[in-house]
Amino acid sequence: MAKQIEVTDVDAYYGSHKAIEGINMTIDARAVTAFIGPSGCGKSTFLRTLNRMHEVIPGARVEGKIRMEEQDLYGSDVDPVSVRRTIGMVFQRPNPFPTMSIYDNVAAGLRLNHRYSKSQLDTIVEDSLKGANLWNEVKDRLNKPGSGLSGGQQQRLCIARAIAVQPQVLLMDEPCSALDPISTLAIEDLISKLKQEFTIVIVTHNMQQAARVSDKTAFFNLAAQGQPGKLIEMDETTKIFTSPTQKATEDYITGRFG
Amino acid sequence: MREGGSAPLSRSAFRRSRGDGPFRYASTGAGILLLVIMAAIAVFLIARAIPALQANTASFLTELTWNANASEPKFGIGALAFGTVVSSFLALIIATPIAIGVALFISHYAPRRLASFLGYIIDLLAAVPSVVYGLWGIIFLVPFMRGPSQFLNDYFGWIPIFGGDQVVGKSMLVGSLVLAIMILPIIAAISREVFLQAPKLQEEAALALGATRWEMIRMSVLPFGRPGVISAAMLGLGRAMGETIAVALIFPATFTISFEILSANGNSIAANIANGFGEANDIGRGALIASGLVLFIITLLVNMAARWVISRRKEYARVAA
Amino acid sequence: MSAVTPEIQRISGMRRFKDKGVQALVYLAFAIAVVPLVSVLWLVISNGLARFDMEFLTHSMRNIGARDAGGGAYHAIIGTLEQVALASLISVPIGLLTAVYLVEYGTNGRLKRSISFFVDIMTGVPSVVAGLFILAFWILILGMPFSGWAGAMALSILMLPTVVRSAEEMLMLVPNDLREASYALGVSKWRTIVKVVLPTAFTGIVTGVMLAIARVAGETAPLLLTVFFTDSINEDPFNGPQMGLPLYVFDQAARPNDTAIDRAWAGALTLIVIIMLLNLAARLITYWRSPARKR
Ligand SMILES: Nc1ncnc2c1ncn2[C@@H]1O[C@H](COP(=O)(O)OP(=O)(O)OP(=O)(O)O)[C@@H](O)[C@H]1O
Ligand SMILES: [Mg+2]
Repeated sequence: MAKQIEVTDVDAYYGSHKAIEGINMTIDARAVTAFIGPSGCGKSTFLRTLNRMHEVIPGARVEGKIRMEEQDLYGSDVDPVSVRRTIGMVFQRPNPFPTMSIYDNVAAGLRLNHRYSKSQLDTIVEDSLKGANLWNEVKDRLNKPGSGLSGGQQQRLCIARAIAVQPQVLLMDEPCSALDPISTLAIEDLISKLKQEFTIVIVTHNMQQAARVSDKTAFFNLAAQGQPGKLIEMDETTKIFTSPTQKATEDYITGRFG
Repeated sequence: MREGGSAPLSRSAFRRSRGDGPFRYASTGAGILLLVIMAAIAVFLIARAIPALQANTASFLTELTWNANASEPKFGIGALAFGTVVSSFLALIIATPIAIGVALFISHYAPRRLASFLGYIIDLLAAVPSVVYGLWGIIFLVPFMRGPSQFLNDYFGWIPIFGGDQVVGKSMLVGSLVLAIMILPIIAAISREVFLQAPKLQEEAALALGATRWEMIRMSVLPFGRPGVISAAMLGLGRAMGETIAVALIFPATFTISFEILSANGNSIAANIANGFGEANDIGRGALIASGLVLFIITLLVNMAARWVISRRKEYARVAA
Repeated sequence: MSAVTPEIQRISGMRRFKDKGVQALVYLAFAIAVVPLVSVLWLVISNGLARFDMEFLTHSMRNIGARDAGGGAYHAIIGTLEQVALASLISVPIGLLTAVYLVEYGTNGRLKRSISFFVDIMTGVPSVVAGLFILAFWILILGMPFSGWAGAMALSILMLPTVVRSAEEMLMLVPNDLREASYALGVSKWRTIVKVVLPTAFTGIVTGVMLAIARVAGETAPLLLTVFFTDSINEDPFNGPQMGLPLYVFDQAARPNDTAIDRAWAGALTLIVIIMLLNLAARLITYWRSPARKR
């Protein structure tokens, strides 16, 4: 159920401001792709174009082509709602629905397509929480509010919520940046496990993390403040971290940047 | 809340500056004066109400009629309180759903550039004085509603509230409609502020799960905004109950207890004060003051309940002001 | 887990229908809300212009019989302006000082909390109750006559909470650095407030006061109970019954003949013009001082 994504000449705008320009890449199925690059270079923006979350921001728009297998995600007959249903997303800050219980949080996406029986829901919720390595911690308090969990648990709850709807692709925008090292490790383990089933894209500022979890790495950069961000290079993670072809990439990775 | 400049200044330990004392006392005094005014309102209303209540030959709480100027005064709040509560709730039931729609329109549906302008238009509605709505009500809305009222009575007369033999122009329904129009802007304005504050994080979470706009609103905006909307509705209810001039012009000013909102029923404490004040004698004025005291207490309770609902949520601290 | 889905599924028709249905309802709600405003403004303008003339603005109703045409609202306009000015004179200093107390002096004690609470409660006091209070206190117990001043006191009760809240909000927006910079220069607290804090918040406070004035200028019920009626010009707000524009509209509207109704519309138009001008001025001040315009 994982799929490959093909990106051709993508530009994204906020009003008249062009945030990213001319992005071309292939995101492999059943693999982890990491996006790295300095702050403001458009990693989040690009990630959000992949599931059409970018256009949610007033005035924002996207140009170019993004295909998942044979389907054009920006085709005129494609409903952005179903794109988001198919390509899940985990955000930088954990954002469980505060008024819902843990169970309801995980079931939230499923209930939108209401066609599940109670026992089906129970099974999927349990599977998803297990998939997110959270089941053992919360199985006794499924009816408690999700906001009562720790930050790391909340983030795993959000991952469980995202995988419960069985997406083809999972996008993660700095999923560990608000977490402590232990929770971060838990999430990294989870990512390695999830890539058996999903296509995963992760934005991170942590080089070690990118090196640890990803199969491929894409480095983004921008020429100057106010200029659009661009994809500098993308390759096997080991290649990027040992012998990048671009000098900018090397500078960034070795911390000799700016 | 910010601790506004209340940190002790070690400087002042050396020499208290001249002028600070009087200014501090003046500002504290102004604050206390405000409390005194609130207390005085209660005290003086009670003081003037007591003689009239003692002269009353009927039970103030249950009597329906209002003959306070007679040599044997006979008056009670029964019908008036009933009319006040029923007409205000009717107004609330009409206004709240529309106000929520207006608030959602401005916060989540209208294009952003248009939204603030439209919000301003709705705020303008709130600035139109009630006497103008009253004038509009009797000259335009009363004749305009004759047809619809008759229609409701003819075809839906089997529903008790639309029943009755004689449909009148100046009815409780028309009065409540005017009240609804008057409280709509305040409910809409508060709800809009609350909806705008709904956390973007949760809204995006819902959208990223593949929720439609409405599902996103239902999952993240409405649960967040519910206490705010409830409190807004209660503030609106308080307004409707205290509204005087528009209803004084429109209500039929009868002293009956009936849910038939198309017939000659409908009055309110405030309308009765406005209508009865001109010819009231001394006892009559005291009686009106006594009824005002009841209105004061009812609106006080409603407003305190509204504040209580809103104060339980810190996020709303700014909105409630 | 389920079988491989070949392509992006379309969302179900039911969900799409609900989404569009709610959208339609929301648009409809807005349209419904705007209709009365348009209707009110249209009728006030079109009917009000018939008598919105020099005679209306410069004459009173003295010696104008119930069925006579002519007459005007001069006495009511004068009354409203005086009453509102006096009400501001009472409520602005008290309201401002209270706000200063709440922001600058009140520690988080019981007094501050109860004042803050009662300011909220005061916002909800029905205007007719404010009128009854002044009636009971000033006219019935102290035995003073009906007058513009009595009306002004009633209006000031309605203005007070609005003034306090808006001034409080503006004072809280003044950055603490500014206060501390002043203290660091050895300036005393009260002089800091008077010379630094209040001037910084000044335009914001003026805006709040104008909105408060606009709110009370249209109040009828309190005037009815404290100012009473007159058809003649009375320029002395401390002596004898006056008139007010809202009262004038109410009075004329209750008279069952067309010439009176025309005067009521013209009065309503005058009132709305005054209130909208106040609102507009307040908005303009806010606009001018907004950071976006500061270069
Ligand atoms: N909502 C927005 N409105 C306008 N401009 C935006 C918005 N979000 C981001 N931008 C701009 O788009 C550019 C790219 O931002 P983006 O958030 O994609 O960067 P990023 O690479 O994710 O940075 P970080 O590593 O700090 O998260 C920046 O110049 C930013 O200022
Ligand atoms: Mg980012």
